[in-house]
Amino acid sequence: MAPVPVDRSAAPALGPVPAFTFPGIERHVLPNGLRVRTVEHTSAPVVSMVMHVEGGSGADLAPQEGLASLVADMVDEGTGPLNAIDVSDALARIGGDYDVDTGPDAIGFTLTTLARFADRGAELLAGLLTRPSLRESDFARIRQLRIDRLRQIKDIASAVAERAFLRLLYGQHPYGHAPLGNEGALRAITLDDVTAFHADRFRPSQATIVLAGGIRHAELLAVAERAFGGWTEPAQQPPVRPPASSIPAEPTRRRIALVHREAAAQSELRIGHLAASRRTPDYAPLLMMNAILGGQFTSRVNMKLREEKAYTYGARTSFDWKRGVAPFALSTSVHTASTAAAIADATAEIESIRGSRPVTEGEMAHAKAALTRGYPAGFETAAQVARAVSQLALYDLPDTYFSDFVPTVSAVTAEEVMRVAAHYLDPGRLTALVVGDAQVVAESLHDVGFGDPLELPVQM
Amino acid sequence: MTPDHAPVIDLPYTKRTLDNGLDVIVHEDHHVPIVAVNLWYHVGSKNEHPGRTGFAHLFEHLMFEGGEHQTSGYFAPLQAAGGQLNGSTNADRTNYWEVVPTNAVDLALWMESDRMAYLLPALTKERFETQRDVVLNERRQNYENRPYGLALMALVASLFPADHPYNWMTIGSAEDIRAMEFEDVREFFRTYYHPANASLVLAGDIAADRAFDLAERYFGDIPAGVKPAPVTAAAWLDGERRLLLEDRVDRPRIYMAWLTPAMYAPGDSELDLVGDLLANGKTARLYKTLVYDRRVALDVSAAQQSREMAGYFVLAATAAPGGSLTDLAAAVDEEIERLAVGGPTMAEMERAEAQAEANFVYHLQTVGGFDGKSDQLNAYNVFRGDPGFFAQDLDRYRLATPESVREAARRYLRPDRRVVLSVVPRGRAADALPGSEPVSVS
Repeated sequence: MAPVPVDRSAAPALGPVPAFTFPGIERHVLPNGLRVRTVEHTSAPVVSMVMHVEGGSGADLAPQEGLASLVADMVDEGTGPLNAIDVSDALARIGGDYDVDTGPDAIGFTLTTLARFADRGAELLAGLLTRPSLRESDFARIRQLRIDRLRQIKDIASAVAERAFLRLLYGQHPYGHAPLGNEGALRAITLDDVTAFHADRFRPSQATIVLAGGIRHAELLAVAERAFGGWTEPAQQPPVRPPASSIPAEPTRRRIALVHREAAAQSELRIGHLAASRRTPDYAPLLMMNAILGGQFTSRVNMKLREEKAYTYGARTSFDWKRGVAPFALSTSVHTASTAAAIADATAEIESIRGSRPVTEGEMAHAKAALTRGYPAGFETAAQVARAVSQLALYDLPDTYFSDFVPTVSAVTAEEVMRVAAHYLDPGRLTALVVGDAQVVAESLHDVGFGDPLELPVQM
Repeated sequence: MTPDHAPVIDLPYTKRTLDNGLDVIVHEDHHVPIVAVNLWYHVGSKNEHPGRTGFAHLFEHLMFEGGEHQTSGYFAPLQAAGGQLNGSTNADRTNYWEVVPTNAVDLALWMESDRMAYLLPALTKERFETQRDVVLNERRQNYENRPYGLALMALVASLFPADHPYNWMTIGSAEDIRAMEFEDVREFFRTYYHPANASLVLAGDIAADRAFDLAERYFGDIPAGVKPAPVTAAAWLDGERRLLLEDRVDRPRIYMAWLTPAMYAPGDSELDLVGDLLANGKTARLYKTLVYDRRVALDVSAAQQSREMAGYFVLAATAAPGGSLTDLAAAVDEEIERLAVGGPTMAEMERAEAQAEANFVYHLQTVGGFDGKSDQLNAYNVFRGDPGFFAQDLDRYRLATPESVREAARRYLRPDRRVVLSVVPRGRAADALPGSEPVSVS
């Protein structure tokens, strides 16, 4: 039977939206206080475990910037009779994929293994996180590698921009530094600091582990119990959470800063300001606003800067969500000659979505569709699921979050998007940062409406 | 090494070839209501010529601008359907993919077939020029403005003769990109973008019968075109070449590169394992010796780069403060020599095999994207003519022995047949290995 010939004159209509059941989450608490969440995820014979320990780089108290991330890097340097090489070997023998991420609010440890090695993987992870060796010789080596890494990334324009921009926005607030910290602080940190941080923060009451994989809830829970059941809560009180709600002093007008990078082929740009916490009730409308403004390839900002002006390979806006107040920022890297023009165009887009160019019904429909119709695609692998559930725990979001997401976003109105754009975006206090060739661009930056540029050194 | 248990996964598929020569391969996976559409064209930068480098990749950008019936770009309609999409170009192939909710598979195929059959009517000189500038920005951002970003360009330019198509990187030279003409697009499209030079995979929540019907429906009436002749070229090294590149970097780094067997050829999987044994994880020999024990390097990497016509193996190590590249190179040479003479231990082989098996499983957790099942099926089909190559591919690693790995290291990683590149901070040419020739790449 010949197939129906294709009608090329019009795009085929979409069929009915396919049903998808989001993974069910079971919550458990071990007798020692460790929170465990399990998810059955059967598509591949693997198990992913994500343990997050509260207090990430935002728990680094000045002047110990970089401590949390250093501790995170130290735990897999040995446990019991195993040294760093043995640990690496043991992980490799089970095909383990181990990853550490120090965020502003927590340190996340992820281990994915073939399902038949789930117990061995959990046992190793427990050894590292609860009984790390924390030896002086490893400490000296790891600290030195981090200092050397800092020196290397000063040549990476995007890393320089990330670091300088955080400092501009947050000042001395604990969110004002990158997890890697800075050289002076790293040099002052001692092994005792590492040991104390670990003892204070790595405890059952401050941690949550999520296990997702192709075995039953009860078995996943048993894996966690066998590995972490013997972990004991220390007698002393846990440290108080960093004051996530405290908002650093902010500028009342626009400003622009410039970090010189000699003969740079491109200028790295950041434009933004502090905006909202991940736990804001306006999360869904902000997500929609960002999708329309700069969250996707087809958003206003990328269409203007890349597709219309060809200033850049790509431009985007985003909220870098945290438990405390998080920044909204536009990021891009533009041809040096287009630096001032790109700042002007980018700023105009941020301004206009607040009123002069309201979001259209077409943009609303497009952003909603893109955010909701593609949502199930993020639940394909055990690691994706485990990370997503870990985020729910980190931000105190309900287990129904996944199934609520589509109806919640679908219900957002254009008026709400305009309201949050007007409320959370403030073009009058934008901070712009340029990492580029000052000799070429400095002069042009006086006329972009941000005042005179402040020249900053590269700070590592 | 004898496999001691059955592979934990399989990659089943069904394949049919349409009358116009388009290969269609279907893999069913109903876990999530999404379908991956993955379309390969067997064209890459190896089909370019000196003076015209970078064209295949620029052309890929143009494919997202629209076809005759979908003139306004590819991102908006597919994103509105909840889909993700992207494409990439390398030396050997260009791929385009969408991952869409099950209800949007018609849309994705309608659009893919539109640009395969009707790209040219939609293409304007203005779009061409915009994308040429976007690509120049991509080049500045990812190569020129990045530390060590030009090192690979320098290496391949020395490893391969000037007329060998692996002599240049896929991004191309800035001068060539600037010189590209709109008129060149037409001929390139007619030569390479047609069913006989393409392979389509549908993977995910779709029944095979329906998938084949849809493929026939959207692609069946596209004229076949002439399958391009395979590119052939030879490369050899008859000594050690030492090169020097000054760059905006804090620490000197040594690169070593060797010519090696092509993708899937004997020795290719062994060299993958050699890369793991030398530099993957803290247990790896170079990491353990140079970074962990002696602390003369900040980082090491080593990997076989598998390509259709030939491979090359690239090793890199960054000198720790106070260390010299000469000492570092000598220490690296010592480790390679030790592997080439003594081979890996059984323990190392077991570990490398466990990692290889796990990586196969991890890569096949997703149906689509750059690293999922659909792209893997297309790789097997385009490079081997056999989408069912999965089991054999896994066996290439399962059946490797300490002796075959030792032999690959001995035969291919020879100190007297290689390119050694010293990348040093600007103004510090004296930090390079003795006898290094300055090279100019931009």
